[in-house]
Amino acid sequence: MPVVMDADRIARTLTRIAHEIVERNRGVEALALVGVRTRGVHLARRLQRSLREITGHDVPTGALDITLYRDDLMRNAVGPQPLVRKTEIPFSIDDRTILLVDDVLYTGRTTRAALDALIDFGRPRGIQLIVLVDRGHRELPIKADYVGKNLPTAPEESVQVCLEESDSRDEVVLQQGGAA
Amino acid sequence: MSPPVITHVEQTPAVTSLRSKDLLGIADMAPDEISLILDTAEAMKEIGSRPIKKVPALRGKTVVNLFYEPSTRTRTSFEIAEKRLSADTLSIAIASSSVVKGETLADTALNLEAMQPDMIVLRHPSSGACHLLSRICRSAIINAGDGMHEHPTQALLDAFTIRERKKRLAGLKVAIVGDLLHSRVLRSNIHLLTKMGAEVWVCGPPTLIPTDVTRFGVRATSHVDEAVADADVIMLLRIQLERMEGAFFPSLREYFNIFGMTEARLRGAKPDVMIMHPGPMNRGVEIASEVADGPYSVILDQVANGVAVRMAVLYLLAGGVEHETAA
Repeated sequence: MPVVMDADRIARTLTRIAHEIVERNRGVEALALVGVRTRGVHLARRLQRSLREITGHDVPTGALDITLYRDDLMRNAVGPQPLVRKTEIPFSIDDRTILLVDDVLYTGRTTRAALDALIDFGRPRGIQLIVLVDRGHRELPIKADYVGKNLPTAPEESVQVCLEESDSRDEVVLQQGGAA
Repeated sequence: MSPPVITHVEQTPAVTSLRSKDLLGIADMAPDEISLILDTAEAMKEIGSRPIKKVPALRGKTVVNLFYEPSTRTRTSFEIAEKRLSADTLSIAIASSSVVKGETLADTALNLEAMQPDMIVLRHPSSGACHLLSRICRSAIINAGDGMHEHPTQALLDAFTIRERKKRLAGLKVAIVGDLLHSRVLRSNIHLLTKMGAEVWVCGPPTLIPTDVTRFGVRATSHVDEAVADADVIMLLRIQLERMEGAFFPSLREYFNIFGMTEARLRGAKPDVMIMHPGPMNRGVEIASEVADGPYSVILDQVANGVAVRMAVLYLLAGGVEHETAA
């Protein structure tokens, strides 16, 4: 089970992305972070801390659950429904640039769902996509604006992002042969 | 194809789906299923606060609301829940349907089924009507109140409202006061609250206490002060004048004097007691206006939460049942 990113690497990567955000947007005043549940939310909170250290500003941060926007809901004749968790975006996204944060970018379907969900909250000035790992194999025309690590993978491999907040350690692991 | 494989599943709850294709009553449900509905409802509640109060989850699903009894709150609540989930809905008012021409419930249901709905929400004056439909219909049946049997979504929204305030159900003292005999809300609430570990007291005139109600694990009394003492929650039930065929008590005024919830009676309860009523209220019969509109009342929260709870039920049942776990 090769570890492709360890705790130090993840921390440095997030700091680098935070600097890129400030550079590209010339500050953070009109920005907001929205993490995709679950691990995207943890990453968004970490980026919020880094941005505070760099700029002294608190960027509003929210959590988005995309379950109800999935393109595979009810596609099967019968089967249990995926679990829905709470979306918390306690600020207006109108005229802000939204930094959408997810852990792994793969087919692009989660991102498509997240974009649709965000638009239901208002009309942002723009949306930029941040991912910790881009593992390739896109099925939709979606591209990240900030990438922690480009990781070439085979379709049968799986990328597992573990974060302190939910998994008691920081680590990105590449696994052979599908889901653990 | 499942979207992006983030293979980790977060702290998974005890169950991720309901075990039955229908929601007929609380009696058949396990505590973990109840918790799943309440947790899902928390997520659904947020949707009602968005600028666009609609998610695409049930696109292409058809839900029929079949109401054989008058209802404003429950029917509206189901309709709003269905629309917020993007389902196609139609409501059948019985007065304008073939039922007045003599069609049976089973025939009406089979004719509706021929038009391929996915779910049928049924309210009916006969206990067990939903069970009948569940046996003959392929669609998921949701009980919106059947006779004097059950009204499961009401009990679920009551539990949601209590949990929202008190953060738990286990260990709370809940006093249910009113017309116990005719109340399907009571039956669903007794099942739910005892399953979740609450201490339930029921109170009413002896003529309105069902025989053997204590077999359900509740305490029964006709002394309202005993029921209310140290209660965390007081739930009032409507005196159902339309179901009263005999003389259960001398007069409404006497009922109010002995059982009506007034500010004076509330003083025996916990300082942070919640006052609940499933509606419609008879002010000055089971509840004094100063209590209904007072600071302890969560009656309008119950109505607001009804939409979220019904969205959760619709969403969870829309997938159907086939006992495998989603990847």
